[in-house]
Amino acid sequence: MTVVLRNVSKTFTARQNEPLTALQDISAEVSNGEFLCILGPSGCGKTTLLRMIGGLDHPTSGEIEVEGTPVTGPDPRLAMIFQEYSLYPWRTVRANVGFGLQMRGMPHEEREEIVTRFIGLVGLEGFGDSYPYELSGGMRQRVAVARALATDPAVLLMDEPFGALDAQTRNRMQKELLLIWEKTKKTVIFVTHSVDEAVYLADRIMVLSPRPGRIAGIYDVDIPRPRDRTSIEFAGLRRDVLELIDRLEDGQ
Amino acid sequence: MRWYLKVLPPFFLLLAWEVAAILINNSFILPTPASVAAVLLSPTADILGSGSIIDNALLSVWRVLLGFGLAVLCAVPIGIIIGRYRTVEELVNPIIQLLRPIPPLAWIPLALAWFKIGLLSIVFIIFIGSFFPILINSIDGVRRVNRTWIETAAIYGAKGWKLLAYVILPAAAPAIWTGLRVGFGIAWMCVVAAEMLPGTTSGIGYLIMYSYNWGQVQVIIAGMIVIGIIGIAVDILFREVEKRKFQWQEMNR
Repeated sequence: MTVVLRNVSKTFTARQNEPLTALQDISAEVSNGEFLCILGPSGCGKTTLLRMIGGLDHPTSGEIEVEGTPVTGPDPRLAMIFQEYSLYPWRTVRANVGFGLQMRGMPHEEREEIVTRFIGLVGLEGFGDSYPYELSGGMRQRVAVARALATDPAVLLMDEPFGALDAQTRNRMQKELLLIWEKTKKTVIFVTHSVDEAVYLADRIMVLSPRPGRIAGIYDVDIPRPRDRTSIEFAGLRRDVLELIDRLEDGQ
Repeated sequence: MRWYLKVLPPFFLLLAWEVAAILINNSFILPTPASVAAVLLSPTADILGSGSIIDNALLSVWRVLLGFGLAVLCAVPIGIIIGRYRTVEELVNPIIQLLRPIPPLAWIPLALAWFKIGLLSIVFIIFIGSFFPILINSIDGVRRVNRTWIETAAIYGAKGWKLLAYVILPAAAPAIWTGLRVGFGIAWMCVVAAEMLPGTTSGIGYLIMYSYNWGQVQVIIAGMIVIGIIGIAVDILFREVEKRKFQWQEMNR
């Protein structure tokens, strides 16, 4: 197992307010090379869960293990891609993609070769010397993906990475992400609130309930890729998941 | 480029000045533009045994560089520390808020008491004047660094000085630079004022005060123009660097 969550709970204690349980008793295992989508309405704690796996936040109780050892903080085995504003605007595309390697002390020449390779992988040849503000939203997220992959992490954590993109760009990015995932065979944990996105991308979908976030359902997606959004299987699974989410929200 | 719109107002101002000078007909109140121009056109000529305009102006610039440089060396690191650590901010904020509204010129008597008349007092006044704008902007710049940028750095293992050098500093640089620009402007005002203190014997501020004692109003006005030109030149320099180096800030949505 690449990622193991064992009874993970998270409670936020604001000063005056009642303690808020964001996540309760989450247990799951993600196997090597799996594409897992964490799906849920806003406020279900899905981002908090991802941040805890990435070591940016700590569980109140429970354990998170990656490749057999616990996560205690930011970890080179994990890379995270945020929704937006994560690129350094004063750095060129090349310098952004090389950022993680530079922080790890890799010498410049060695870095350049890897950077070139990953810029190619995400299809941004010729944009190496551009600045993020010269790129479209979709291209920026490709840079973020390249930056994450360049550090060769075991797990790629993605927090609604395409949430700020328009529908068309988003669909194209999903397709490209799957191609990249198939090439690199990384384990991916992908947070989204879009049922469509989850059904299109995932090997497995974990649905969280709102406040406190609990695992409300797990769906294995056996539809072969590339998936056809108009197929009966696709529509059927999407309906099942949507019904579950509706029930969860009504139960609030 | 409607250049004539930029040229017209100064032209009319000059014309009005000329007319007024002729009407007043008293060079102790308002000398003619030509007599001021004559002073400006021979910037290396000695004035009343006090040295030339250019020498005195350069001396003032040197003093500003001392006081301003000292302020940068102190205010930027302190600003970064305050901006990074909430506790430090809460600790020192009351002091900053108390000292900030005191005009630099109100420090003059204290400066004289501490350092006597001389370079040290002048540098101290300049230091005080430019310290706070640099400090405030540095604090602000560091505090406003996008959280995602810091978390991204954390994800890739950047800590300590690496986080500072590769993320915090570049991200805060535009704000710090604005602080430097404002700080320099104030420093330049302070030096002129400080040089007017009794006992000072050099600098552009001294020169125009001294010229007043001798009724040389054309030198006063020429000196003021030089002060203005140097001030605006430095400001343009700061803005040019800003445009080239921190372009990303404007474009970054």
